[in-house]
Amino acid sequence: MSTELTTDGSVPTTDTRSGSSGHLADKAFRGLTQFFALLVALSVLGVFVTLLVGAWPALEKYGFFNFLTTNDWNPVTDVYGAVAPIYGTLVTSLLALLIGVPVSFGIALFITELAPVWLKRPIGVAIELLAAVPSIIYGMWGLFVFAPWFSENVQPWMTDNLGGWPLIGSLFQGPPMGIGMFTAGLILAIMIIPFMAAVMRDVFETVPPVYKESAYGLGGTTWEVVWKVVLPYTKIGVVGGVMLGLGRALGETMAVTFVIGNSHNVSGSLFMPGNTISSTLANEFTEAAGEIYTSSLISLGLVLFLLTFIVLAIAKVMLIRLKAKEGKAS
Amino acid sequence: MNASLYLRRRLTNYFNLTVSVLTTLFGLFWLGWLLWTLFSNGLQWISLDLFTQSTPPPGEAGGLANAIVGSVLLTVVGVLIGAPAGVLAGTYLCEFGRGSRFASVVRFVNDILLSAPSIIIGVFVYGLIVINVGHFSGWAGGVALALIVLPVVVRTTEDMLQLVPDHMREAAAALGAPQWKVVSAIVYRAAARGIATGILLGIARISGETAPLLFTALNNQFWTTDMSQPMSNLPVVIFQFAMSPYDDWQHLAWAGSLLITVTILLLNIIARIWLRESK
Repeated sequence: MSTELTTDGSVPTTDTRSGSSGHLADKAFRGLTQFFALLVALSVLGVFVTLLVGAWPALEKYGFFNFLTTNDWNPVTDVYGAVAPIYGTLVTSLLALLIGVPVSFGIALFITELAPVWLKRPIGVAIELLAAVPSIIYGMWGLFVFAPWFSENVQPWMTDNLGGWPLIGSLFQGPPMGIGMFTAGLILAIMIIPFMAAVMRDVFETVPPVYKESAYGLGGTTWEVVWKVVLPYTKIGVVGGVMLGLGRALGETMAVTFVIGNSHNVSGSLFMPGNTISSTLANEFTEAAGEIYTSSLISLGLVLFLLTFIVLAIAKVMLIRLKAKEGKAS
Repeated sequence: MNASLYLRRRLTNYFNLTVSVLTTLFGLFWLGWLLWTLFSNGLQWISLDLFTQSTPPPGEAGGLANAIVGSVLLTVVGVLIGAPAGVLAGTYLCEFGRGSRFASVVRFVNDILLSAPSIIIGVFVYGLIVINVGHFSGWAGGVALALIVLPVVVRTTEDMLQLVPDHMREAAAALGAPQWKVVSAIVYRAAARGIATGILLGIARISGETAPLLFTALNNQFWTTDMSQPMSNLPVVIFQFAMSPYDDWQHLAWAGSLLITVTILLLNIIARIWLRESK
């Protein structure tokens, strides 16, 4: 009995000893992990500050809003304005969404509601592999394979049949070159489909089965259940997924650089060559001579950073809100 | 009247579901076309020379040996910096920061970093390192890649650690193990495969990255393993050669593209198999 007590008593003493050294190690370990977490948090701030410092000479010379609204990019006269690249970035990204969103929705619908169980996984993986293909491969394929095929087989048809339409007709007029903003937008769409489809699939799966079963029980068709039950329930998440795709499209570089044609002009036709912020950077950054030229390019980078940051932040907030709702429902 | 209503609903249903199947085929169609292009254009130029000779001047025979070695070195540096940092940050989020405000800020920023344009990372590292050192270098390229690996690893580490049941942590703590020991000896071991998967996905992500390397490692025509010099790497060589007017260079670009894509797809598939086994 007494021996038991002493062993019992000795255990706490050794424990306190290992406890105090353990306490120190605990603090060190916790500090270490916290340091790296802090590093992650600060990295975005670091990116912002670095870009701002690099962009300062140009922004000081032109002024931020003047830089945003000047439609001129001329290394010879050293005048730089961001209108053409910003225009190209927005047009190609919106086109990518226009094509990509319905397709992603269809794919997510197929995977969650229609595909037999054995097919769900392989299809999901195949679509995700589409996202794993590096963007430079999309670029080469776009320039050497897709653009020639497109200019011969599809573009003349589009100009003939859509070019005469009121309002949107002028979008489809222009020389059938294969490269240009339309091709860039289409390839962007293919590249962002996997991201959007994956988010939509995941949020569709958060719908409590009871909701869907009730709707089916009332005699709803599959489409009605998806359109009137699943989609309203997951609305915020779907929008979040679309914003995520938009964020990707805005910053995509190599694929666009190959196929957009790289010319600094603002054109009303989607078949004309254009430029995006990222393709301008990829083409001109290493060759830029002179402080103002480089600084103007970094200013473009700053604009892209702010644009994607805002879009991605909105996407994230929406996905978090869906998650909070899911937590409340369960 | 009811019959016609039912018919309309049924038809709408069939039509929309058919469209859904078609969109899936639309997605798969591009994957098939891309892969077919790569194999039909690249396979014929794959040879032993590709792995033993350096990039040639236009019009001469050569290979991609220097670019392959450069890519491997840059990737190794990127992973050696990015992965440990990512695992530790992910550990903080799961083990120490549950429910804390700081952790949710980190998580938020990390998710933004995950989708941030890689070209911005390139400009950032250019401003941070290249300008201050005065020239392009392999180190700068490695740091840029590390910044792309980092968020991938943070995210998967946190997710994988969360899969480890709390009972295991409690059991270890009840035996008197301090928390660092609980994490390193129990939690890490239970989640090892998942963490490795995250690192693998990070490697797959950076293997084809071109944009951030343009402004950091740039390119080098010659064989070098000196990280403090500009360094050749597959993606930038492919970019340069594909855009060139020379046939020989374009052939090398196709061969390089096939090599990169097959590697990346294999890494992704291995990662998925690991992930399934670890769950």
